[in-house]
Amino acid sequence: MSLRAPGANRSNAVHAGAWWLWALGLAAAASRTTNPLLLGLLVGVAGYVVAARRTDAPWARSYGAFVKLGLAVLVVRLVFSVVLGSPVPGTHPLFTLPEVPLPDWARGVRIGGRVTAEQLVFALYDGAKLAALLICVGAANALANPARLLKSLPGALYEVGVAVVVAMTFAPNMVADVGRLRAARRLRGRPAGGVKAVLQVGLPVLEGALERSVAVAASMDARGYGRTVPVPPAVRHATTVLALGGLLAVCVGAYGLLSASGASYAVPFVAAGVVMAAAGLRLGGRRSVRTRYRPDRWGARSWLVAGSGAVVAALVAGTDPVALHPGVVPLVAPGLPLWPALSVLVGLLPAFVAPLPKESV
Amino acid sequence: MIRFENVTVTYADAAAPTLDGVDLTVPEGELVLLVGPSGVGKSTLLGAVSGLVPHFTGGTLRGRVTVDGRDTRAHRPRELADVVGTVGQDPLAHFVTDTVEDELAYGMESLGLAPAVMRRRVEETLDLLGLAPLRDRPIATLSGGQRQRVAIGSVLTPHPKVLVLDEPTSALDPAAAEEVLAVLQRLVHDLGTTVLMAEHRLERVVQYADRVVLLPAPGAPVVAGPPAEVMAVSPVHPPVVALGRLAGWDPLPLTVRDARRRAGGLRDRLAGLSPAAASPGSGAAVAAGGGPAAAGRAPVAPSGVRAVLGRLVRGGTAPPAPEPPPAAGAGGAGRTVAGTRALSVRRGRVEALRDVGIGVRAGETVALMGRNGAGKSTLLGALVGLVEPASGSVLVGGRAPHRTAPRELVRHVGLVPQEPRDLLYADTVAAECAAADADAGVAPGACRALVSELLPGVAGDTHPRDLSEGQRLALALAVVLTGRPPLLLLDEPTRGLDYAAKARLARVLGRLAAEGHAIVMATHDVELAAELADRVVVLAEGEVVADGPTHEVVVSSPAFAPQVAKILAPQPWLTVAQVEAAL
Repeated sequence: MSLRAPGANRSNAVHAGAWWLWALGLAAAASRTTNPLLLGLLVGVAGYVVAARRTDAPWARSYGAFVKLGLAVLVVRLVFSVVLGSPVPGTHPLFTLPEVPLPDWARGVRIGGRVTAEQLVFALYDGAKLAALLICVGAANALANPARLLKSLPGALYEVGVAVVVAMTFAPNMVADVGRLRAARRLRGRPAGGVKAVLQVGLPVLEGALERSVAVAASMDARGYGRTVPVPPAVRHATTVLALGGLLAVCVGAYGLLSASGASYAVPFVAAGVVMAAAGLRLGGRRSVRTRYRPDRWGARSWLVAGSGAVVAALVAGTDPVALHPGVVPLVAPGLPLWPALSVLVGLLPAFVAPLPKESV
Repeated sequence: MIRFENVTVTYADAAAPTLDGVDLTVPEGELVLLVGPSGVGKSTLLGAVSGLVPHFTGGTLRGRVTVDGRDTRAHRPRELADVVGTVGQDPLAHFVTDTVEDELAYGMESLGLAPAVMRRRVEETLDLLGLAPLRDRPIATLSGGQRQRVAIGSVLTPHPKVLVLDEPTSALDPAAAEEVLAVLQRLVHDLGTTVLMAEHRLERVVQYADRVVLLPAPGAPVVAGPPAEVMAVSPVHPPVVALGRLAGWDPLPLTVRDARRRAGGLRDRLAGLSPAAASPGSGAAVAAGGGPAAAGRAPVAPSGVRAVLGRLVRGGTAPPAPEPPPAAGAGGAGRTVAGTRALSVRRGRVEALRDVGIGVRAGETVALMGRNGAGKSTLLGALVGLVEPASGSVLVGGRAPHRTAPRELVRHVGLVPQEPRDLLYADTVAAECAAADADAGVAPGACRALVSELLPGVAGDTHPRDLSEGQRLALALAVVLTGRPPLLLLDEPTRGLDYAAKARLARVLGRLAAEGHAIVMATHDVELAAELADRVVVLAEGEVVADGPTHEVVVSSPAFAPQVAKILAPQPWLTVAQVEAAL
């Protein structure tokens, strides 16, 4: 029974980064295929893991929103295909919409007209791919604690992390303020709805947010935020040079990657740039005295979670592309390729190895 | 430990200095209480200790403030963070992270303590403050008392030598306040921490203080000394001190226990007497689920039988409630202006109110009490139509408030919310009044007349933001009263008010009740409830657990009894004013 996942606590929590790597692995696999059965399987795997391992935290509830967003994207993609036509040639006309006559200069654009089964199926596959990508991102969002992820940032970026955390706690407070002030409008005998109400409530809400941010700033200052140790000027200058030089090198490398002729120098430049930037961040962290309280540790379970995502991505990427892209012209029923399907199932691993979140009320 | 040498603080746009020539020394390991009326610069003095004044707030500080030998002039607040821990009035504005454990560690992280030390201190602090079961909880889900304890814990973990607290118990119910004060007591005794705190609710804190520092008036010299001596001359004092002064006890007792031991003579003198009726309408009460079926015009005779039946119908939810209130006395029977019947309200999965049945009559003042989160604000919200009932009914003036148009509703019921500022939108008092007249559809000038009655001496072009806490409350009250609603609701009206402002509020409310307004107020302030309320309703976890005349409900409860009642028990005296009138 020791193989069963333990109850989650702060010490054995899966690293937030591991959840993101897992989800990105699934997303990478989704981006390689248009096979609706495989995409459905991927979404099912992500959904199962979320259902098995998410907490009751506010961010965990965002999964539903991502699923809805994915479905909306799918619908929008289909509607566009119907209304604007599609370059996919087709031999199975379903119906014909009245076509809007467009002037000569708008040649190439079509509104309305013939709608074929092939074009709809193509749009459906394409939309399903986008939806699957979004749902994978949603899964990461639901499983990884965003505040903990920010805590894993390098020391030099700590201030940015704190700013984001404070902003995240601000949003719910502002929502509460809006509710309170709208209630107060009702108490004054004014309708709580309508544009005018929103405008009248807006100003006090902003005032409240401003006051709260000043109060938080005072509290942070009084609790030692931003205490620094003096660093020798040489280190300071080295930090600047490394950070700027790294950025520049990455830019040059990126240009090389995108242009036709620069393939030879691109990779070394990007690599050098990343190394310099990392060194700059490390040196920059020296002036901050702060330490970290119980950072997420990257343990065996985190390796398994992140690894399972990577394996899914690698196995799906390695299979024969023909099986991953079922034909649209001519129309064929998509089959479920055995090996890619089995490899997608590897993504279920976190549902068994990640620690079980506590039942919360 | 803390030293003020001739300190004068002047804010940028102020005409006069907020603190003028303050000399003060706080020795190590003392719990020092800072008292004084609103607006004398208590918060400024506290801010000067942590260096937030003037580094953060602006203004000029003359003189010298040193904490543990460090001059705040040369040290910014962040450089004092390891010696001074500060908790402001609103703990929510204090939190930087989102969970309890991270919040406790935040200060230590900033100071760069070693991870092993941090871990140990977090565990110790969780135990010291009784926060261990809450360690993983998001801060947003905590109650007021829990938040206050987390805020104190978060500044304790770096082991500061000085703890500065601004009104740590104002927003808390009596039990949560006791909890926080017990923690402070423990810090002073066990860890030798120096504590400097300001508090309006002296009845809660004065007995814990080693020394009291009094700021009698803006710019007046500071008086510091042993609590009994300072209280003897202080313009702000708790009821126990007022009673002691009235009875001429010397030395002045500060605790209920001391006062009780000296109160034998007073009890004898009061033996044959009884308190005068508090205010018109007292004793007129409809209790329990029977409720005002025909709320509106028809006066419902609150017979004892009916109340008992109502209680039976409601089932065994209520523990032995007090005796049904006496049938309406000769002059007390006002008509029922509002009532709820078997009212339940849900918020998500939580049942905020369950099976609540109360009735309120014209001219009656009802105090709603109970711990934070017991459903007091929800009940007020239901009475004013902000909250929709899940089952049961609410009737105010014969209408269901949540289905009545706001414009119509303001003529039947008015609520002054916890934060009176929410009600105020305009730039000037005059504009606010004009808007209130328009909202309520009454003749222009009605609100202004109320304002000059409640807030004499405030110019029409004053910005509501520049008013003091008590003045703002009075303005919001005037705005709400413009529609002449027969039912007036107040949510925590005395939060942040000093004794003078509270006495003014009590006079105003007493007069409104005499004019026939029904008043329902949710409050933690047992002294206010004792002074004003005819009837007290105690809520716990959304249910009514006690409902009856003030002296019956309040005297029997250790948490809700006012100090005078505790001192003179078993005699039925509740306030110093009653005793004074009888003598």
